[in-house]
Amino acid sequence: MSGVTVFGLCAAAAVGLGFYGLITNPQPLRKIIAFNLLGSGVFLLFGVVGRRGAVAGTGNDPVPQALVITGVVVAFSATALAIALLLRLFQTTGSTKLSNRTSPGDGSDPAGG
Amino acid sequence: MLPPAPALDATTTPSGFLLVLSIVVPVMGVLLAFVLGNRYVRSVACAVIPLGLAIAVTILVALSQSKSPLVYLLGAWPPPLGVALRADGLSAAMLAATAVVICAVAVYADADFSVTATEIRAPFTFWILLLAVWGALNTILVGGDLFTLYVALELLTFAAVPLVSLDGRPETLRAAIRYLLFALVGSVLYLLGTAILYGLYGTLDIVLLSHWIGAEPTSLVAAALMTTGLLAKTALFPLHLWLPPAHAGAPAAASAILSGLVVKGSFFVIVRLWFQVMPGLPGFGATQLLGALGAAAIVFGSVLALRQERLKLLIAYSTLAQIGYLFLMFPLAFDASGYLESGDALAGGLLQAVSHATAKAAMFMAAGSIYAGLGHDRITGLHGVARVLPLSVLAFAFAGIALMGVQPSGASLAKDLLLQAATKTGQWWWAVVLQTGGMLTTAYVVLVLAHALASSDKSIALTGPAPRLRDMAALVLALCSLLLGFVPWEPLLSVPYDSTSSFFGPGALAKLLLPVLGGVMLAILLSPWPDPLVSSARWKVATRVLDPFRRTCCAFGGLVQRGNGVLCQWPAASISLLMLALLFGALMLVAA
Amino acid sequence: MSVATAFEIVLAAVVLGLGTWTIVVRETFSATVGFVAYGLLVALIWVRLDAVDVALTEAAIGGGLGGVLLLGAAARLWDADLMAMEAPGEVARASAAALSVLTAAALAGAVLLLPDPAPTLAPAAVANAWATSLSNPVTNVLMAFRAMDTMLEKVVLLLAIIGVWSLAPDSAWGGRPGPRHQADPRGVLAFLARLLPPVGIVVGIYILWTGADHPGGAFQGGAIVASMWLLAIMAGLADTPPVSRRSVRFILAAGPGLFLVVGLAGLLFGAAFLSYPPAQAKPLILGIEVAMTLTIAATLGLLLAGAPERSAEP
Repeated sequence: MSGVTVFGLCAAAAVGLGFYGLITNPQPLRKIIAFNLLGSGVFLLFGVVGRRGAVAGTGNDPVPQALVITGVVVAFSATALAIALLLRLFQTTGSTKLSNRTSPGDGSDPAGG
Repeated sequence: MLPPAPALDATTTPSGFLLVLSIVVPVMGVLLAFVLGNRYVRSVACAVIPLGLAIAVTILVALSQSKSPLVYLLGAWPPPLGVALRADGLSAAMLAATAVVICAVAVYADADFSVTATEIRAPFTFWILLLAVWGALNTILVGGDLFTLYVALELLTFAAVPLVSLDGRPETLRAAIRYLLFALVGSVLYLLGTAILYGLYGTLDIVLLSHWIGAEPTSLVAAALMTTGLLAKTALFPLHLWLPPAHAGAPAAASAILSGLVVKGSFFVIVRLWFQVMPGLPGFGATQLLGALGAAAIVFGSVLALRQERLKLLIAYSTLAQIGYLFLMFPLAFDASGYLESGDALAGGLLQAVSHATAKAAMFMAAGSIYAGLGHDRITGLHGVARVLPLSVLAFAFAGIALMGVQPSGASLAKDLLLQAATKTGQWWWAVVLQTGGMLTTAYVVLVLAHALASSDKSIALTGPAPRLRDMAALVLALCSLLLGFVPWEPLLSVPYDSTSSFFGPGALAKLLLPVLGGVMLAILLSPWPDPLVSSARWKVATRVLDPFRRTCCAFGGLVQRGNGVLCQWPAASISLLMLALLFGALMLVAA
Repeated sequence: MSVATAFEIVLAAVVLGLGTWTIVVRETFSATVGFVAYGLLVALIWVRLDAVDVALTEAAIGGGLGGVLLLGAAARLWDADLMAMEAPGEVARASAAALSVLTAAALAGAVLLLPDPAPTLAPAAVANAWATSLSNPVTNVLMAFRAMDTMLEKVVLLLAIIGVWSLAPDSAWGGRPGPRHQADPRGVLAFLARLLPPVGIVVGIYILWTGADHPGGAFQGGAIVASMWLLAIMAGLADTPPVSRRSVRFILAAGPGLFLVVGLAGLLFGAAFLSYPPAQAKPLILGIEVAMTLTIAATLGLLLAGAPERSAEP
């Protein structure tokens, strides 16, 4: 088993861990952390793919590297937007509970929009 | 080593630069508006929108005249190393529809988001994000590389989420967070699929992948992951938990954009993926599953729409149902040889997308006018509104009729195409679903119109001004959707028969009668609120006969609502996300 | 099994252990700290994968600035953490675990079944480096071959800023993001904030400059400059600028703006949109990268600062 395969399996495990955290953690901030974990697993998968495509002269295929750099920046901005929304919710209501007490389907929102 | 790239689609066509302009013009608008700020935001938008509309129309004309898709190689680098932009008939139709809806919404939103000398938060955000949504959608429609589509999808999500929470109320903030998190999970799944596809084939270009992709287990895993991620972004049942609160809570102009255009973005990527990249991969099981989810969405969305108290929530649930309608084209395009044919079903599905975009945007705009005029949007409180806000109600009526599938609307043409495909492939069960869907759509449109047209004893006082221009924008958009059947679709989509002849004959009337009658019955049976038609004394006998049926149907509706409540919890929805991904993977593997 | 592979297995195991701890630990603050450590170790994995550009980006933006973002949020949401939230039941947990394991297994299978020899675009990227006369292939891909994606991603950053700013209360619109930080003028934070930024800015500019031929580039350099700016803000030595200021807006739009202008020049006078004439490619690309670094530094800093909270008057 080469090192690259080890990291590939590590990437797959990180994706699984991220999904588990996303589904089971009730707090939105923990969901955001789990999403970041999930994202890092996906990027590692790109890295493994790139390493396997290395030729003499480059250690890693530059195209997946460029895709990952773009992806890391996008993931960071997504985290920033999500956290800003969360902080505003906390500021306005004092809690970060995402679910309303009633299900979203029975139209009991008194205010219009 | 890579095999040599095929000769086709590897050069820029003469009008290809228009594709670049369709992306660059809205993006420049965003940058200019952001830097200039204050009252210039609206001026920049007013300058950019007609320009963008002109570009979309020019692309339409250029494509109609050329025999092959428009291509542009960015940086003059051919794929697989570079990125290409491509526009075929599907892209051109959606580009035009997007431009028309954005124009109408801009005219409509002028009153709500007026700018002043000092900068205010809401207009600044709205106008810039309107242009950003447009730029992102155009990139999705002409992008020819899977990673460019990923960046464009993220652009679309980032532009749409702040529109949801624009007014800052806690409910909209929660809806925005849920939307953002679910959309991000969808994007990550899509990115996972692209990583695997790059590892398998060394390129992410759509045309190259369509030549090289094969039914290996690994590519099927990638296909399943990407499809599920995109379904989460399109809010197909059972991944729809984020849509109703987000679309109903946003301001009316934003809801029009969200329901009409934003959900179509990820839907378009699924169409590109299934019809162009991997038409031979999904197989019978996976396409039937997609259709089944669509059918479930139609039933759930329509039944829940009939039980809503507020107009905006009814329209949001109706979006859920119409999204399900869109996915019926997948099983109907599956022909005997195991491939997804780009024929009637594809044309029908895309026509349905275009007509839904225009009609739903018009509906939300009309509902926004009614809310602004009355101060509330309770359906049972709409009695007498037809006299004080006639234009808004007329716009809503036209939009509803267009959605119902009354000829010559685009929806009726789409339904005919899909029914044709159903008879051709022998899948009669989808024909049943299509007719039921038509009846259910009629049901909730008739419900709202019945309440709106009923007379009221007390006089209605308007709480806000009723600017004519807003209602005219909604009305014009609704008329566009209603008259889509007259548009010559030949050069863009494969619309095989000559549809105009059958518009006003007796056959058309018969086609109309069944859905309308069925819809009225369903509206009476499934809506828990007292129907004004049935409340009058003359119908007392009929009421007594119908009552037991009505109670059973309402109980069924209550069951659906409770089931929906369970599905809309985050753990249930995310678990169904993973289950769906595994199910798709399994079905594709079995079919391979 | 060589020493290198043994080291890699240990590294992967530690990373996964940290990841698991981040997910299952009770307190959110501990989870955040675990995530920062995880991010830094993943950067080591990237170095082992021979992708130094990505390792720099992951350490600077993924683990570094992302960690600061999460730590700040965890600190402000401390009280929310103490409130009991309904955790999903046993059935939900069990099915989530089973499904996650299945998904991870499917992915592991996909990884093991990847073709050998792997298809790659590295030879094409290296062979076409003459067009830009830069020798870092990643910079070539980012700025020349797939420049559209990079340009669109700049717009994504701008939209994130607009989204964050739109969350300001109406009264604070146009004001300064975040609270006014104060730090003990004789404490460690103030000392570091005086010592590190000059060094950090030089390092950031160097990484931008050397990205043409060695690992580095605009993203990594911009992230370092942003963190120096944030250090000064957190120590109270500088304040966040009011968001209505035209100069701030201009800097935020400069990166994508210059990219678009050069691209359109290529459309009108050159071969295609976003193509560079080979003779002037290097100065053009470096010029765009300078603008990008300024934009990225300002954007990352302002994203961390948050929505405007104080009105513009001091």
